[in-house]
Parts: sequence; C-alpha cells; structure tokens
Amino acid sequence: MNPIIEVNGISKRYRLGMLGAGSLRDEIGNWWSRRKANGVSSGVPDNAPRDFWALRDVSFSVQPGEVIGIVGANGAGKSTLLKVLTRITDPTEGRALIHGRVASLLEVGTGFHPELSGRENIFLNGAILGMRRHEIRSKLDEIIDFSEVEQFLDTPVKHYSSGMYVRLAFAVAAHLEPEILIIDEVLAVGDAAFQKKCLSRMGDVAKGGRTVLFVSHNTSAIVNLCTRCIMIEKGRLTGNGEPSDIINTYLSRDLTDQPVKEFVAGGGDAFFSRVALVRNDRTPAASFDFDEPVMLLMDFTLRRAIPGMDVSFSITDTTGERLFRSTSVMSEPPIIVENGGNYSLVARIPRSILLPGRYFVTVTLHRPNFEIYDRHERAITFEITNKGFEYYSYSPREIGRFYADVRWATNNEPEAGK
Amino acid sequence: MVIEPRRKWICVEWHGMWQYRDLLLLLVHRDFVSKYKQTILGPAWFVIQPLLMTATFAVIFGKVAGIPTEGAPPILFYLCGLLGWSYFAQNFQSTSTTLISNAALFGKVYFPRLIVPIASVISNLLALGIQFLTFLVFFMFFKFMDTTGCEFGMRWQVVLLPLLVLQIALFSLGVGLWFSALTAKYRDFQHLSTFLIQIWMYITPVIYPLSKIPESWRWLAIANPMAMPIEFMKYSLLGTGSSNLGYLAVSVVGTLVTLVSGLLVFQNIERTFVDTV
Repeated sequence: MNPIIEVNGISKRYRLGMLGAGSLRDEIGNWWSRRKANGVSSGVPDNAPRDFWALRDVSFSVQPGEVIGIVGANGAGKSTLLKVLTRITDPTEGRALIHGRVASLLEVGTGFHPELSGRENIFLNGAILGMRRHEIRSKLDEIIDFSEVEQFLDTPVKHYSSGMYVRLAFAVAAHLEPEILIIDEVLAVGDAAFQKKCLSRMGDVAKGGRTVLFVSHNTSAIVNLCTRCIMIEKGRLTGNGEPSDIINTYLSRDLTDQPVKEFVAGGGDAFFSRVALVRNDRTPAASFDFDEPVMLLMDFTLRRAIPGMDVSFSITDTTGERLFRSTSVMSEPPIIVENGGNYSLVARIPRSILLPGRYFVTVTLHRPNFEIYDRHERAITFEITNKGFEYYSYSPREIGRFYADVRWATNNEPEAGK
Repeated sequence: MVIEPRRKWICVEWHGMWQYRDLLLLLVHRDFVSKYKQTILGPAWFVIQPLLMTATFAVIFGKVAGIPTEGAPPILFYLCGLLGWSYFAQNFQSTSTTLISNAALFGKVYFPRLIVPIASVISNLLALGIQFLTFLVFFMFFKFMDTTGCEFGMRWQVVLLPLLVLQIALFSLGVGLWFSALTAKYRDFQHLSTFLIQIWMYITPVIYPLSKIPESWRWLAIANPMAMPIEFMKYSLLGTGSSNLGYLAVSVVGTLVTLVSGLLVFQNIERTFVDTV
C-alpha cells in the first residue's frame, strides 16, 4: 500500500541575527558591524548570523489509517515539523509528499472573533480549518451538542467563559473530516469531564480509519491511541516504532541504567548523598525478576536536628502515574530520622507486586506539607522482567497497575439449616 | 501535494483560493459585522465621515483657499473625489498590515493567505456603496432644487464606473500587498504608510481638478495610477475635467504592474515570514 505521507530529509534552519531583524535600524546595525569586523578580521563579529537547525534530516513515512504519536522534549522540533507538514512555513531542505486533504489543529479557537456570536464563529472557524459551508451546516447540530453551549449560541463569544470558549472551539475541530489530521497538544484543555470527552472523540477519529499525527506530552494518551510513535530529539528523528517502546526510551533518555546514583551535597539542611537499587544480597541491579524483592538504599545527611523530618520514595511508571509512595514512618516499627547526622536506610519493596515493565524512583527529604529539603525526581530507574510472571496468560497491561496477591478458594461454608 | 523549499513564487495558488471560497465570504461577513457591532449609529458612520470631510474641504479649499471646482457645485465635487479616494485609502489601510496583524492566525493554521486582503477589498465595497448612494442623494438635490445655475451632469461614461472601481480595487490591492510584504520584513514601513497615504491624497487630483496642475508637472499626475480613475469618475458623474483615454490606459498599465508585482512579492514573503515575524 502506498504511504499517505512521505517525509524525506526535511530540514528547517533558522538564521539568527540575519536579515529581516525587524527594523531597518537593526539591519543597518548588523551590516555595519559585519563590515567593521571584516576589516579587522579577528574572529566572528557579535551580530554574525548564527544557524539554528530546528529540524535536521527527518524522514519517515505513514500508511493510511495509522495513528502516529510524536514525542520529544520541549524545543525538540515537534511543532516545527507540524508547521512544515501543514504548509505554515517552508522547509529549508528536503521534500514531503502528502496524498490527501490535511486539516491541522495546532491551536484551539483559531480565528475566533470576539464580536461574532458562537454560531457565526462556528462557521468562521470551520472555514478557516478547511471545512466547506455545506459541511458545517450539515454538522451544525452535532457541533452545538458536543460543545454544550446551546443556550449562549447567539451571544458574542467575548462574553463566554474560558471553558465555554474552549469547548466551542474544540467542538468545531472535533468534527473535521479530512483524510489526514494533524494535532498539536491541544487536548489538554477544559475541565476533567471535557478532557475525557475529547480523548474519547480522538479515539473515535483514530478508529474511523483516518490518518492522524498527534503530538503530545500525555504519554498515556499516546500509548492508548497510537499505532506507532516517533521521537524527535534536538531536531532529529531518533525513534520510530511501538508506542510503548518509544515512550520507554523517551522517559528514560536522561537516565542511565546505573543502579547507583551519587549526588553532590546541596546547600540545604538535609540532602541525599547516594541512592541505589540492590538485590536481596546487596548487589546493585537495574533489572529485577517479578518474583524477587527490590531493595532501595538511601544515604542522606541531616546537618542539624529537624523535628518532623520524613524520608520517602515513590514509584512511577512510564505513563507518569505514581503507583505508590512509602515513607520511613510507615514501616513497622517506624524509623525516625529527626536527629542530625548521617543515615543509611534500606527500603524493601515486596516481590510480586510490581508488574513487568519500567519504573522510576523519586526520593524526597521533607517535612510533610511544610518544606522540601531535597528531592530527586526519577533519580533512578529499574525494570521488572517477566521472570516469575510466565504462568499468567495475561499481559501486564491487562492485569492492571499492579499485581494483587489475592487468595482464591472454593467456598466450603455449610448451608444454613444443615 | 508536494512540500519543498523555495517553491516557485511565480504561481499563485488559484486552486487553493477556489477551495477556500466559503472562507472568503465569511471573512467579508466578519468584516462587515465587526465594523459596527456595538455602535449606536452603525452603518450611518459610513455616511457621516465623508460628509464631514466634504464639508471641511468645501470650507477650507473652496472658501479659504479658493480652489476652483470647474463649474460643479463644490459639495458634489469633493464628494465625488472622495468616493474613489476613500475606497482606495480604506483598502490600503486594511491590507497594508495583513501579514503582521494576522501573524498569530497565519502561524497556527494554513489557508491561502491572499484571501485576507481580498476579503478586505470586497468588504470595503459596502462603504463605497453607501457613500455612492449619499452622493446620488446630493446629486438629485443639486440637480432639481439648486438655483446656483451650475452646469453639470452625467455623461455616458458613467457605464465605465464599475470598471473604474475595479481598477481602484486592483491597484489598492497591489499597493496593499506590497506594503504587507514590506511591513512584514521591516516594521518601519508601518509608520511610513500612515503619512504616505495623506501625502498621496494631495498629489492626486481629489480636491482639485486635474487642469489645475501646471503643464510641466502633469506627467506626475499621469504616472500616479490613482489620478486618472478619480478624474474619470468626476468626468462621468459631473461632466467636469478631462476624459483622456490615453492617460487612462497609462494608469491601467500602472495598476496591472503594481498588482502583479505586489502578488509576487507577497507570495515570496508569505512562505517564510512566519519564521521572522
């Protein structure tokens, strides 16, 4: 089957400090300092043009019906890629072939005019996004219904609350029916109920056979909706494959598989010096079997006595959700860490609770609800392997968020009356 | 559809514009509505402004400066001149900052950007229409009720009026596109445009007849593509002035050159202005 989108070596360069700096004064200034520097010929003048490659040699192809998630750090070049693919700006090099009508949603409420009523803005926004008038008219009722602003449809949108504004804007966008839909992080709008509605609508669109390119930081949405995922780092394509794998790589990109992490002493009254993951026999490890316990070593120092001090860690998974948190006071008997001095504690996460997968550990020294003294988010990462999990025919995702050691037995209770 | 760098800016995206024709109409509607929403007088403003200007001109240029109006009643003379000129000025004002004032919109969604200035030029026709009606009312008044004995009347060239309006529309679009491109690159042009239009009005025979310009300077008036349409409007509506078709042809050529070059420059800049705006 022929790809519906083919991207070949797309690059986008921004020239900083060059022509078009904004005013003739700046331009003449640039030209003048370049001339002066040329005469002196001693290195680069201050206002010399600097090249910034927002995208460098990006190539991938998309088959019809695929839902591609695009992940990457802020500033990696994801939005620039979308701008090039939606013709908002031209690439510097490379070529892309698109075989189908594209509608893009890079911002919600594009082109809304405050003086026009909700109804008028539906038409205007729809037309800006590429819908024909008859198309909008035929979907008008659905759009109004989805937006939940029927009562206020004929008042100017400048009187709308921000929630209504966003619901109306998204309602129009949600009813776009192009062959290719390109969405940039716009699902994070509105209240929780509306977000759920939007995500489910996105899911419908995805299942409806449309090709979708979806940029998001919401990794669970990506894992749930996308058939494939690509990763952009500093303008380059560094990953292209299964959503869960790519997200795994994305989330652990600045972590090494070092089971031991040392920290430089901070300036505060309390700080961590070392955090490590070890097995039962105290050997450092980065990967554990499902049926073995995970031991977390924490070395920290209190420079003075701090009443109410608490040391805790939390485990998060690849979707960013916290599975659980545990603190030293929770144990039996509780361990108090209030006096000044060095401490070395070990926390034992029981076996057969964490499902196979990748996890991250965040450690915190704090007085709960008062002050945080030292905290390292996702300081260390580890993996739980399938070993010990094989006799379940379910995949980890199908079990849930964690494994619960439930005891089953036949119910031998004698019947009443016997 | 192919996306590649340095697209040929010779080609205008006609197909895209046809696809987005609904948007063009909606933008025209939006311009109408937003102009007089929440005002009490509403569209009456389209009448009040030229009337006030005409009255001012009649006093200043007619009485104080004593500039002749070639036989037509001064009110009609100035109103007629202003008809064509204010359409041009309005178009210029609304299209000359197209790129920079819509930068946010253009940076977030793609549609053929040429649609925005074209929508402005079309929506300004409404104001022109209302002013023309006002002119006709005064025309009737002076024709049938005035006793000053002025000699004036419509000529057959009145049928050319729509073409003259079209010429002004195309020329103002061309100039607007040029300025859009220039202001997108160098903001200085934004400040230039406000007084440029004022000076331009004085060098165009709007408030004085073409005949008043000395022979040696006549070439300037002919080179100005706005001069002949205005003069021709006065000729066809009031019978004053000249109707030199040769001069008009020159202005038509000037209009087309401005329009085509404006289109090319605009297309060139709009590809990448999102990066530098």
